[in-house]
Amino acid sequence: MYKIQARHVSLYYNDFHALKGITMDFLPNTVTALIGPSGCGKSTFLRVFNRMNDLISGVKISGNVMIDGEDIYESKKDIDELRKKVGMVFQKPNPFPKSIFENVAYGLRVNGENDKKFIEERVERSLVQSALWEEVKDKLKKSAFELSGGQQQRLCIARALAIEPSILLMDEPASALDPISTAKIEELIYELKKNYTIIIVTHNMQQAGRVSDKTAFFYIGELIEYGDTKEIFTNPKNPRTQNYITGRFG
Amino acid sequence: MKKFFKNFLEKFIEGILFLSSSVTTLTVLLIVIFLFREGLDVFKQSPVEEGFAIVINKNNPVKEITSPQLKNIFDQNITNWKALEGKPVNEYESKDSIILFRIDNISTYFIDAQLGDSLQYVGKCISSLVDSLPGIIAFIPDKYVDKNFAGRKLNMGKITPSQFISGKEWFPTAQPAAQMGVLPLILGTLWVSLGAILIALPLGLATAIYMAEIASDKVRRILKPLIELLAGIPSVVYGFFGLIVIVPMIQKVFNLPVGETGLAGSIVLGIMALPTIITISEDAIRTTPREMKEASLALGANKWQTIHRIILPYSISGITAAAILGIGRAIGETMAVLMVTGNAAVIPHSILEPVRTIPATIAAELGEAPQGGLHFKALFALGCILFIFTMTINLLVEYISSRNKYSKR
Repeated sequence: MYKIQARHVSLYYNDFHALKGITMDFLPNTVTALIGPSGCGKSTFLRVFNRMNDLISGVKISGNVMIDGEDIYESKKDIDELRKKVGMVFQKPNPFPKSIFENVAYGLRVNGENDKKFIEERVERSLVQSALWEEVKDKLKKSAFELSGGQQQRLCIARALAIEPSILLMDEPASALDPISTAKIEELIYELKKNYTIIIVTHNMQQAGRVSDKTAFFYIGELIEYGDTKEIFTNPKNPRTQNYITGRFG
Repeated sequence: MKKFFKNFLEKFIEGILFLSSSVTTLTVLLIVIFLFREGLDVFKQSPVEEGFAIVINKNNPVKEITSPQLKNIFDQNITNWKALEGKPVNEYESKDSIILFRIDNISTYFIDAQLGDSLQYVGKCISSLVDSLPGIIAFIPDKYVDKNFAGRKLNMGKITPSQFISGKEWFPTAQPAAQMGVLPLILGTLWVSLGAILIALPLGLATAIYMAEIASDKVRRILKPLIELLAGIPSVVYGFFGLIVIVPMIQKVFNLPVGETGLAGSIVLGIMALPTIITISEDAIRTTPREMKEASLALGANKWQTIHRIILPYSISGITAAAILGIGRAIGETMAVLMVTGNAAVIPHSILEPVRTIPATIAAELGEAPQGGLHFKALFALGCILFIFTMTINLLVEYISSRNKYSKR
C-alpha cells in the first residue's frame, strides 16, 4: 500500500510549465530523495503534497495526489487538516520569534490544544525525537534565536513533529548548515524513518546517497528516473541521470 | 597632481557632509534652547501686569495673595477679607467687606480739581483713599506707589511651575492678574489625541493587515496611492471638512447645542493620522519573512491564526512606532483642531464638550500676545510642555522596543 500516489501532476506558474505530468508513488516509512539541478521543479513538487503552492498567486495545478487514499486536491479538502498530517521543514531554519518551548508548542496551540500537561509532554517528546532535548531542556523559556543554526533547524524539525504528522517534507534541510550539524540532521532523518514517510529535496549527492532509500531525478519539470537509491547511484538507466550524478552538469 | 586633486575633492565632499550634519544638529539644539529660554522665563514673573501694583490699607494683615484669589476678589466672588484670611481683618465685621478700587474709579471718589490740572495729585489722592478705607484693595499703576504712599503694596508670588501645570483656569489676559493654569489645555490635548488614536489605530491596523496580507496586488495598487494621497492633503482642508461635515453630524447625532467638541477633533485627527499608521504598520507587517508565515501555515495554522500569532507579534515594534507617530502627529496638529474643537479652555468632562489643545492655544493667541510679555512667555512655556510630551513618548517607544524579549536578528 502506497502512502502517497501522485498521478500526472502538472503545475503552471502563470504561463510557465513547472511540472510536466509527474506520476510517482511513495512507500510508507521510506526516505525518498528528490534530486536535480536548480529550477528543475523538485521543490515545487515537494510543495504539492502540503498544498504550499496554493499561496502563490497564478499557480494552476492538474492531476491527482492521493495521501492515504484521499485526494488532497478535492474541493472539499480541509487544507489545515492536510498540513497537520504533512509536516514540513524548510531550507533555512525559520523558528518563530518566540521561546523554544512556544515554537514547538505552536502547532498544538493553533490546532486547539489547551491541555498544559499534554502540551508539555508533547514538546518534550518532540525535542527528544529531534535530538535537541539534552541541549535545550534548561532553557526552554529562552528565545529560539539564541540557538545555533543547526540547533534551530532541529527545533524546526521538533516543531513539525509535535503535531504528529505521518509525512515529513524536507526542503534542503541541511543546505544552510555546517558539516557537523548536517551529520546530526542526517542521523535524525535515519531515526525518523521508522515512524514517518520522508521526502527530502537535496542538492547534495552524497547526502542523497547516505540518507535515502529511493531517489528521483528531476530535470526541467520532468521526472527522468526514479528507483532505489543504490540502483540510481550505481547503475542509472538514463544518461542525463548519470551525467548529473557524476557531476558532469548541474 | 591628479592624486592630490582626487584627495582634495574627497576631503572637500567630506567637509560639506560634516558641515550639513552639524548645522542640522545645531539648528535643532538652538530651537530647543530658544524654546526653553523663552518658556522658563514665565516662572520669573508675577502674574500682575508689569507697571501695575496691588495695594491695601497698611493695617490690613494680609501678606500675600495668589493669582486665583485676586481674580476671585475682582470678580466679586470673594467679598470680604474673612473669606480670604479665615478671620476678619477688621474688628468690626461690618467693615470687613472688600472695597475694590481700579484707577478708572477715581472720579467716583475725587473731583477733577482735587486731581490737579495735569493729574499731578492722583498719587496723593489714592494714598489718602487707601489710608482711609481699611477694607480697600486697589489695582493701580506702579508709579503712584512712592515712599510717601500711605498704603502697603501686596506681594504677588511668582508663578510657580506647579501652579502653572495644575492651575485650572487659563485667562492669560485677565486683569488685574493673569490666570496661567494650563491643566485644561493639557487635558484637552491628551483627550483629543487619545480619542484620535482610539479611532485611528484599529481602523489603520485593519487596513494595513488587509493591504499586506489579504488584498490582491491589483487592489493594493489602487489602495496604496489613495492612502498616501490622504497624507498630502493640507491640514486646513481637514479642518474645513471637519467643520462642515463632522461638526454638524456630531451635533445632530448626540443632540448637542454645539457640535464643536473634543470628539470632532478626535475624528478629524484620527483621519489625519491614518496614512501614517497605515503606511508604517503595513511596511512593518511586510517585513515578516515569508518563511515564517509558511512555517506557520505548514503547521496547520489558518490565515487568521498566522496573522494573529506570528505576523502581528513579529511586526509589533513597527506597529507601535506607527501608533506613536500617529499620536505625535495628533498631539502637535494645530490647524484642524483649532477649527473643530470649539476651543473652550475648560477642563473637559466628556468628549462631547468643547476642548482646547496646546497647539491650538499657541496658534490662536500668539498673534495677540505682546512680544516679551507674560502672555507671550506663557505660550512658549506651553510649547515646552508640548515638546516634553512628544519627547517622552519617543523615549518610551525606544525603551519598549529595546526591551522586546525575543529580538529579531
